[in-house]
Amino acid sequence: MSDLKQLEFLLESNKISRREFITRVSALGLTAVASPFLLSGLGHAATPQKGGRLKMGLLGGSTTDSLDPAALTDTVQLNINWQTRNALVEVDANGQPVPELAESWEATPDAAQWTFNLRRGVEFHNGKTMDAEDVLFSLNHHRGEKSKSGGKTLLKQIKEIKKTDKNTVVITLDGGNADFPFILSDYHFPIVPNGTTDFEDGMGTGGYIISKNKPGVRIITKKNPNYWKSGRAHFDEIETLCISDANARSTALATGKVDVINRCDLKTVHLLEKSPKIQIIRTTGTMHYTFAMMTDVAPFNNRDFRLALKYAIDREEMVKKVLSGYGAVGNDHPITPSMQFFDKSQHQRAYDIDKAKFHLEKSGLKNESVKLHVAEAAFNGAVDAGILYKEQAKKAGINIDVVREPDDGYWKAVWMKKPFCAVYWSGRPTVDWMYSLTYESTTKWNDTHWKNNRFDTLLLEARSELDTAKRAAMYAEMQRLVSDDCGQIIPMFADHVMGASKKIAFDKVSGVRELDDARNAERWWFS
Amino acid sequence: MNKILNMVLKRLGLGLLTLVIVSMLIFIGVEALPGDITEAILGQQATEETVAAFRKELNLDLPAHVRYSQWLYGIVQGDFGMSLANKQPIGEMIGWRLSNTLFLAVTAACICVPLSLILGILSALYRNTPFDRIVSMTSLSAISFPEFFVAYILIALLSVQFNIFPSMVTLDEDMSFFQKIYEVFLPCLTLSIVVMAHMMRMTRAAIINVLSSPYIEMALLKGIDRRRIIVEHAFPNSLSPVINVIVLNLAYLIVGVVVVEVVFVYPGLGQLMVDSVAKRDLPVVQSCGIIFATTYIFLNLTADILSRISNPRLLYSN
Repeated sequence: MSDLKQLEFLLESNKISRREFITRVSALGLTAVASPFLLSGLGHAATPQKGGRLKMGLLGGSTTDSLDPAALTDTVQLNINWQTRNALVEVDANGQPVPELAESWEATPDAAQWTFNLRRGVEFHNGKTMDAEDVLFSLNHHRGEKSKSGGKTLLKQIKEIKKTDKNTVVITLDGGNADFPFILSDYHFPIVPNGTTDFEDGMGTGGYIISKNKPGVRIITKKNPNYWKSGRAHFDEIETLCISDANARSTALATGKVDVINRCDLKTVHLLEKSPKIQIIRTTGTMHYTFAMMTDVAPFNNRDFRLALKYAIDREEMVKKVLSGYGAVGNDHPITPSMQFFDKSQHQRAYDIDKAKFHLEKSGLKNESVKLHVAEAAFNGAVDAGILYKEQAKKAGINIDVVREPDDGYWKAVWMKKPFCAVYWSGRPTVDWMYSLTYESTTKWNDTHWKNNRFDTLLLEARSELDTAKRAAMYAEMQRLVSDDCGQIIPMFADHVMGASKKIAFDKVSGVRELDDARNAERWWFS
Repeated sequence: MNKILNMVLKRLGLGLLTLVIVSMLIFIGVEALPGDITEAILGQQATEETVAAFRKELNLDLPAHVRYSQWLYGIVQGDFGMSLANKQPIGEMIGWRLSNTLFLAVTAACICVPLSLILGILSALYRNTPFDRIVSMTSLSAISFPEFFVAYILIALLSVQFNIFPSMVTLDEDMSFFQKIYEVFLPCLTLSIVVMAHMMRMTRAAIINVLSSPYIEMALLKGIDRRRIIVEHAFPNSLSPVINVIVLNLAYLIVGVVVVEVVFVYPGLGQLMVDSVAKRDLPVVQSCGIIFATTYIFLNLTADILSRISNPRLLYSN
């Protein structure tokens, strides 16, 4: 395999051509498909070109946006964050953690203590050299009683952070966590200079430097001439425009005013696709839409009633009508096929009226009628999805009343308050992260109030298990538990659908978040 | 003249009172909405702890009346305060957007006010001719369409089809005046089309109304040219209602253009206010509300003064 690795390196650094690569790989007795490098580059220019001014028109920016890492939530903030800053760890397009500002890391065998060796000689935009003090400051910004950071709960597991020298940071956890490097790749944890109080200038070690920042209108960044990462940050300048109106985004792309847009209107995207100058990029990520039932509230505390509801939803039709086909069916658990530890052997639940009727009969709740609370804020098309579900369930004899709630204040007044409501989850890169976010019985966001002792035990055991096979078995069992017992109905995973000018080129696009995990600014280029 | 001064002073006093009441209403309204800024900003990530820490930092743990009086105290001294969401001074945030909003409003007014006055006078002059009918029908159809529809039609034609004007507006301090005019052309045209009908119809109706008075008949009998009658005798006497309509439309151009701002991605005050309501950024909402209310009060006052000056009967009556 080392020969293949070397060839890949040659191809990647443009020492050999694609054709030569294929010939030489075949000579090794391997098929070219064995190499992810060739696959990822298919259909796109392999050589990143330097230069150009990238213009993006994005939904998800607002005049109230702040660049404080503790307050990041929406698309534009995330994108600017990764334009201007780096974290210790980056998750690549294949979902693997790779070194960023940490050059390497190792864990103790129980995965409870992690040592991160920092990259040397990396400079912030202001010329200061990044060291362990900055890392300590950046992580502690989210810890402690006073912190109001959205990343606070993620770092709760940390018992102590200390530096052993200028370039080494040791993090001790409460218990083992084999996935800890993933946590540090989260957008809340970029490294900023020690002692920063005003974060709005976007000071960081990233590939671009903010030159103009009008939150909710437009942000202009210029290339950092001193950027430490090679083969990244190809554009000279990036203009990020905040465009909330779907039609204005499509028009801006169609007229060439911008090169990239996010969240295409699913109802009209096929028209956009017809243009010879435009390419549609879709990635099946971890984003899923759910109907959450509170398992401690009647009638949802009845397992058979929950199963009846799960069998009474036509997932195929949901994907076709609500997502216009831009998505995949879900199996009532939040793990996607692209994630490590996804268990393929589990049977896909189908729309089965007989089974739904059987479980309804068994539950003894035949004449029960339930209220499903929905709003467009829950997810795009949630109201349509609710009405569609009502019709589908009616065939199995289940009565669902769809209650339309106002968008404004939905997360405060409806979610976690009403026993049956629509929710979206953007998903997380690892199984453990997703489960501990919203399925563990003690977590704040356990929106189904599901409590399963076996699940909780397995979650803890699997977290510190470094043996992949054992871990996979545990996660497979947990996947079944969630699917069969939990109060979450997960009918579909939604694609991220983005539009770009054909001049834009890229390698494999990550699906964790939209726009290549919000890092398209440094990963994409003009061909 | 004393009478006018008297009226202005009285109106200003009342206006001030209105402003205080408006600010109280906005405050109560935003307070009554479910959730506050901490939850809106933290979103799904809001845990009790983080929310509590955030609230304390923003002084949101103080009772409502204390926060309101603090804000009022600041505004009396000309201090709009800081945005709760990103801690930028509100004065700066609003200043730039207000100038954008005013720029769009003034440009639109410069196009539509003269045009609708001229069309109104011409329609009155050529009453019931095909010209009058066409002008009436066109303007009435234009006003009957929702403004976003007019905007999309203009974009589809002038931006997508022929690519003459940009479909969205990018404004920059470094742009020259003519570049700016070019950028705002489509939103400006949309607004003009939408507000023109009001003013034009009112001009026409007011002139026609005056045309039936005895002194016009007298003028006719004296053999004065019809055009001269309308421009010199009828129009000045019908100014009062026309001014009122024009000023109301000007106020609309400043405070009622949120939809047009969204469609053309225009960085104006309306968008700022909508964003801030969604995030429960109370000080910003308050400041925008005060600016909008002031605009209305000021323009109404202007309308009253102008219509009194233009109408001697009102000026000298008791």
